[in-house]
Parts: sequence; structure tokens; C-alpha cells
Amino acid sequence: MAQRGLVRTALRTPTGALALVTVVLLIVLAIVAPIIWGDKAATANVDHLLEGGSAAHPLGTDNIGRDLLARTLVATRLSLVLAVLTVLVGAGIGVPLGALPTLLGRRSARLTAAVTDLALAYPALLLAIFLGIILGAGPTAAVVALGIASAPAFARLTQTLAASVAGSDYVAAAHVLGLSRRRVLFRHVLPNIAEPIILNVTVAIGYALLALSGLSFLGLGVQPPSYDWGQLLTSSLNRIYVVPEAALGPCVAIVIAGLAFNGLGEALARASSTRSTYVRSPVRGTTSAFEPILPVADQLRVADDPVLVVEGLTVTFPTADGTIAPVRGISFSIGNGERVAIVGESGSGKSLTALSLAQLVPHPGMVRADRLEFLGRDLSDGTDPEGVVGTSMAMVFQDTSTSLNPALRVGTQLSEVAEVHGGLRRAEARRRAVDRLREVRLSGPERRLRQFPHELSGGMRQRVMIAVGLMGEPRLIVADEPTSALDVTVQQQILRLLKEIGDDTGASCLLITHDIAVATEMCDRILVMYAGRIVEDIDASRLWEGPAHPYTRALLAAVPDMDTDRDVELASIPGRPPDPADLPTGCAFAPRCAFATDKCREDRPPLLLDKTDSHRVACWHPQQGSVVAHEDDRLESEVG
Amino acid sequence: MVSLTAPARVGFADKHPTAAFLLRRIGRMIILLLLLLVLSFAMIHLVPGDPVRAELGPRAPASAVEARKAELGLDQPIPQQFADYVQGLLTGDLGTSTTLHLPVSEVIAERLPNSARLAGIAFVVIMLLSITIGMIAAVMTKDGRHSGGELAFTSATGFFATIPEFVLGVALVYAFGVELDWFPVAYEPGVAAYVLPVAALSIGSIAALSRIVRVETLDVLGADYMRTARSKRLPARLTYLRHALPNMLTSTLTLGGLLLSGLIGATVLVENVFAWPGLGTAVVDSVVAQDYALAQAIMVLLGATVLIINLAVDLIIGLIDPRSTIREL
Repeated sequence: MAQRGLVRTALRTPTGALALVTVVLLIVLAIVAPIIWGDKAATANVDHLLEGGSAAHPLGTDNIGRDLLARTLVATRLSLVLAVLTVLVGAGIGVPLGALPTLLGRRSARLTAAVTDLALAYPALLLAIFLGIILGAGPTAAVVALGIASAPAFARLTQTLAASVAGSDYVAAAHVLGLSRRRVLFRHVLPNIAEPIILNVTVAIGYALLALSGLSFLGLGVQPPSYDWGQLLTSSLNRIYVVPEAALGPCVAIVIAGLAFNGLGEALARASSTRSTYVRSPVRGTTSAFEPILPVADQLRVADDPVLVVEGLTVTFPTADGTIAPVRGISFSIGNGERVAIVGESGSGKSLTALSLAQLVPHPGMVRADRLEFLGRDLSDGTDPEGVVGTSMAMVFQDTSTSLNPALRVGTQLSEVAEVHGGLRRAEARRRAVDRLREVRLSGPERRLRQFPHELSGGMRQRVMIAVGLMGEPRLIVADEPTSALDVTVQQQILRLLKEIGDDTGASCLLITHDIAVATEMCDRILVMYAGRIVEDIDASRLWEGPAHPYTRALLAAVPDMDTDRDVELASIPGRPPDPADLPTGCAFAPRCAFATDKCREDRPPLLLDKTDSHRVACWHPQQGSVVAHEDDRLESEVG
Repeated sequence: MVSLTAPARVGFADKHPTAAFLLRRIGRMIILLLLLLVLSFAMIHLVPGDPVRAELGPRAPASAVEARKAELGLDQPIPQQFADYVQGLLTGDLGTSTTLHLPVSEVIAERLPNSARLAGIAFVVIMLLSITIGMIAAVMTKDGRHSGGELAFTSATGFFATIPEFVLGVALVYAFGVELDWFPVAYEPGVAAYVLPVAALSIGSIAALSRIVRVETLDVLGADYMRTARSKRLPARLTYLRHALPNMLTSTLTLGGLLLSGLIGATVLVENVFAWPGLGTAVVDSVVAQDYALAQAIMVLLGATVLIINLAVDLIIGLIDPRSTIREL
């Protein structure tokens, strides 16, 4: 049943269908060809020796006048039968060998694995020659040798599969029930690994067929007067100058058979791996969903001497269900030397905002902005002709175990920035690298240059990452959750370092974080993002006296005490952030908000400046006063 | 046994992970070399019937057979014979080929360079082209771009990877040797004779390996450290060659190493298509003609080459990607 479903799925692709039909045809041919053309293939005709192609003999005749087309067709049977025998030998040795560890236990498992690894590295053809010496050249030696040579692959496959099945719950249960290892193997393990092994058999037949033809071609396989395709090819090869079509038949037959079995195996494997998780590729290029989310009534007061000005920044991704916009027309600016934090839950669009500033949004994401200026240069069309991003914007990423190149020494990853953008020579660049490592308070900077990232701790790697950013002349440091992957004491050190570096170099900083406490500690101003929009823009100093947006107030109320685990993300705000593919028409926070009215649910509130001209909030019902401790309790009961 | 030696080894491996890794690999190769020697020695004794009788023919008198056996040392006890055999291998005294009537060492000295050049050139061509083609294909098709190109690439490489070397060799002989008459179809001195055999040897492997290189590169291009590299705004040359290449080289080299030992088998086949005077034609002829001394010597030589190549690949990987040594511990 499962098998039939598999074949049907495989048949749905044109190549899979073609391969299956060809394999069936080859099998039919193997059965009927010797019956139909057997006589013609064996009849010698002294009047037509070594002829070329003609109407009577399309592929010509051999040295005693036998028809080569008939011989090619008849040879299908022997070629196929030997290939199947080879795979039977291979699977017959390999599958039990691979299943053995399940029967015997851990120590022999390791031994068998070691033996199979070694055997896999040895070329099959050499083994075949070796056995050819002992057994004499002939089809038996060829089949046995290639069978033995393919056994390790079967053993490895069985072993891997059996190990994964043996680790599963139902096998553990069977062991607990006291079933013998043998019963576990036959009852539970083998039935569950049969399908992939059968897939592999199909591919293995293809390989065996090609390898056997090779051996026969060398004269080490089928011996005359028997003939398979390889043997026919050998006897035609020395005539290739005169009668090239004589070699054509066996060549084409070998290639078609090889392609058919491999193609079928691949199609079956694809079908079995995609049957459960069929993923449609994303739809591309639908940007029409863009327009309705851009009615910018938002207000922005650009900072004096701005490093960065962003207006109407939108990031969209095409998906199977249409375009989604994780960042929806946000506007903000960062002044010279100013430290700004973007705070929000995961999915709020804060990290994508950071990536879009550095033009690093992954494909197929699209970035649009009415205005995107960094150091007075327009970056809104996604280009950076003067290269200001590379030299003046430093990126600090979250996970240092993956963000630094594992194959390159720390020194290379630092100095290349100065070599490429600063035009420094290697020695100068290295001196600057040492200097920067000292600046980020990394001990033994000269030694660090020669180390690889995996030789450093997480905190040290994050210092290196910051030093990489300092190799240019950064005017803005964008730090995307720089401390989330670090433990608490190191978090504090890194934050202090970022602050000091800002003070020393005068660089502005954009900190992306989910932790509003970190944001207030570190930054001058805080942008609160919710569902792809900025909902509040407030000075850090004024935050504790009273943010206006209910979401900001909920975040503040949810700030954990000294002894609470900060890795838990804002657990106490009721409800969940909305799905970016299905946003409410009005205020996105309305479903979770205690103060929401019908107006909130119908009209989106624009982000407006208040009378102080430095505080922006997007809310129809802005709140006042300092945040009451555990205000969230009230939220929860009313949303309830 | 493992538990007894473990504490000392862990201490050493902790201090010198690379050295421990090298020692382990060299130790493993020595064991395998010994195994190869024993097997190739046993081979002669496993041959059904009497090889000396086979060599001298059924009508040779028993005394001549005995004399020949004594000459070959076959009347000695087995351990003594094995010692003599190993000594012979080490001193280059490999016996006499019964078909070519030449010392085996001479036959090998004459033919080995031809095979080594052929396989060596093919290997370099395979590695260079498959890495280049695979990386270009990855950069062109990353993030689902050019899906038509991706289909064309996988179909074409799938097709060429399936065609066996000797069939491809025959096809090349026909197309470029017979019809177009551009290149020689059999061995002759000079560079031109290498073109078709090298093509026959490398096309299938290039197809297979460049598919793997593409997938590996796509993996690497999606990594966080590539985003970091892009954030540095390096020129494309540095982004791909310095940041991406070393990270996909480990897996590519591992497969390339496997492929190189497979290439030895393929060389045997291709040599026979092009009448190449190398070890491949010699070993096939010697097996068919039951020329045991020659067959045995070539088997040991090819087997040892495979083992040395595998070791070399392991060592190179250990040097390029120090994580692979760490991972083993």
C-alpha cells in the first residue's frame, strides 16, 4: 500500500514517469527478446561478415555475420540478470552486516561501522580484478566481486537506518517488554527500514549494470560465446573507424539502462522524502500588496545633525499566500552620537529593520523606503555608490558562534576590512587589528589574531565582532541582539563595552533588543515596535515617568526583578503578537489592549508627535502617569 | 583495552589535537597496508590449481615444476615465503612477468608514469572545473533565482554523471577522433593524446562533483558568517573565494578523495579504451593471461595508492579545517 503510493507520487514527475516506463520496457525486453530474436542473434551468415548498417541489419553484423541489433536486444537479459544478481549478493551481505549491531549491541556496532567505513573507500573495480585473479576472469567473479564491493554501502545504509529506528520509542518499549533482540530486529526494525533499502536497490541495479558492462568491456566479465552489452561493445570497438554504428547499439543500451534505473531510484527517493512535507515554492514578484500599508500620516522630527534618517521603510516577503510585510512603513532618525534602541517581541520586525539599513535583507525580501539616508547619502534604491555602509556602519550580530567565519583566523577577519576599505597594507592592517582588539579589552591581542573563532569563548567572540566593526571608521554601530546568546555576567560586560566605545569614538548606536530594561540602561531614546510599526518613540529618561502607549506600559510592567531569568521573553503580556499575514485593520495591538475601543479596531492610529516635540506615540487612547507595578494584572483580567 | 589507554590518550589529544589526529590516521593506514600485503600474498595461494603448473603447461615434467617452485621459493614454509615476499616488495624484486618476459619492476617503472600522468591531470581538471562550475551555479541559483537554469544544471549533470567512463570514451573516440579527427584516439607521445582520455575520465566526475559543490556552496552562502562578510562590503572575489570557498572545501575534498580512489578504477577502464600503455591495461592483460607476479604487484601498488590518497586527503582536510580534527575527539 505504502509502496504503491510511493510509485504513484514518483510517477507525477515527468522524469520519474519516463524512468519507470523505461525500466518496465527493459524488463519486458529482457523476458521476450531472447525468445523473439534469439535465433537471429545466433545465426552466423558468411555472406554478411563485418557489415555496416543496412536495411536488413540496421547496426551491421559481427565477424561471423550475426545481426548486431538482435544481439544488442537479446543481451538485455544477461546484462539485467547479472546486475540483479550482483545487487542480491551485495544486499545479501550488506543488510545483515548492517543489522548486526542491532542484534549484538554497542561494541560490535562500532567495529562493524569501522570495517564498513574502510571497505567503502576501496574501489570496486580493484576488488573485481582481485577476485578475477583468484576465481578466473568470468561472470561469476564479476558478480561476486561487485556484489561484495557494493555490500559496504548497503551495510552503512542499513546501519544508519536501523540505528535511527532502534532509538525510537516503540523499539525502546519493545525492549522493556522483554522482546529478544532478534524479535525486535525482525518485528520492528526491518519492516520500518524496508522502503529506503528498496529505493537503494533500484539505484544499485543501475550502478551494477554499468560496472558489469565495464568489466565485460575489459574482458573480465562475461566471456564469449556468451555476451552482454559490455562484451558486445568490446568486440565492436576495434571497428569504430569503419563501422561506428556497431558500437552504437551497446553504448546506447548501457546509457539508457543506467539513466532509467538511476532516474527511477531518484524519483522514488524524492517521492518518499517529499510525500509527508510537500513545500510549495514561494510565489514571486507580487508587490501589489504593498500599497495599502503605506498611507503615511506618521510624523517625524528629524534629529539635528542626523546620522541616519529613515522614512516609510517597508520590508516585504512574497509567500505562497501572498505578500507579507514584516516592517510596515516606519520612520525614525538617529542623531550624531545618539544611542537609540528598538524594542519589541520576536516577529515585531526589529531585526529586519536593522538588516535593511545595512542592505542585508535576505532574498526574496524587498526593501522600500521613501527616504533612507545615511551620513547624507541616499541609500533608498538599495545601492551604496560611495561605499559608506561598508566603512561607516558597523554590524554586530547576535550569534557569534555562526556570525564569525569558522575557517578564517581572527586576524584575517579583522584586517581585511582595513585592507579593502582603508587601503592599508597587511602589516598596517594587522597593527590596527591589534589596536582594535585592545580597544575591546581582549587580552593578548597579538595571540588572538592567530586563533580561530572556535578557540574563543562567546563573550570573546562578541568582542571580536565589535572589533571588526571598529576596523573602519564607524559612525553608526548597529547591534542586533548582541547579548542574547551570552550569559548574564558577560551580557553586562558587552553592553558596557558598547557604551564605552560609543563614548570614545562618538559613533551613534542602534541597539536591537527584546529587553526594555537593557534598552533603558544603554540608550538615550527608545523606539517600541509592534507588528512591523513603531508604536512609541520616547526618551529613555522619560520612560519611567510614563510612556503613553499601552503596549510600552505593558512591556515596562513586565520587566523582571533582579533575580528573574531574562531569557524568557516578555512572558506576562497576555495574548500573542499578531500573524504578519493576517493583521487587524485598525491598531494591531487592539486585540491585546485593555483600553481598546471600536475606533481602535477600525482605524489605525498614526504615529504623532506630542506637544513636547520629542515624544511620538501611535495610540487613540494615550495613557499618562508612571507605570503601576503589575499593571499587567489588570490588562490580563480585562482582556481575559 | 580502550579504557586502559584512554586517560593517557585523552591527555595527549587535549594538548595536541592535530598531532593525535595525524598519529591515529597514520596508524590506521599502516594496519590497512599490512592487510593489503597479507591479502595480496594470500591471493597466489588462493588461486585454484597450481600456478606454477599453469605457467609451465600441463605437459611439463614434474621435476621442472619442482625446480621452478624452488626457484620461486614456493617450497618454503608459508611465514618464510611471506617474509621473502615483503622483502622483495621493499627491494623492488617483484619477480618476472610470465607473459612479457621482463622483470615486473621494469614493467611497472615503464607504465606507472603513463597512468599517473593520466589520473593526475584528470584529477586536477575535475577539482578545478567542478569547484568553479558548482560555485557559479550556486551563486546563479541561490535563493531560488533562475529556477530554469537550476533545472538545466541538474538535468545535464545528472545525465553526464550516469554515463560510464568507458562509454563516454568510446563516444569521444567516435566524435573527436574518427569523425572530426581532431585528437589521437590511442596513445602516442605528446599532449594531444591526453585530451580525449582526460575528458573521458573527468566529465562524469565533474558533473557529479559540481552538483555536490553547488549544494554545499548554497549551504555556505546562507550561513550567518556570509551575512557578516556581506556587511563588510568586501569585493565579490574575497566574499566568495576567502569566505565561502574554505568552508565548502572540506566536504568537497572528502568527496574528491573518494573520487580520486574511484578514479584509479576508472583509469583502468579508460586506458583500455585508448590502448594506453599504463598499469590499467597491464593489470587487465595479466589477469586474463594469468600472469600472477605482474597482477599481484600491480594490485599491491594500486591498493597502496588508494590508501595513501585517502590518508593525504584526511591530512589536508585536517590542515584546512581544524574543526574536523576537533570533531573527532
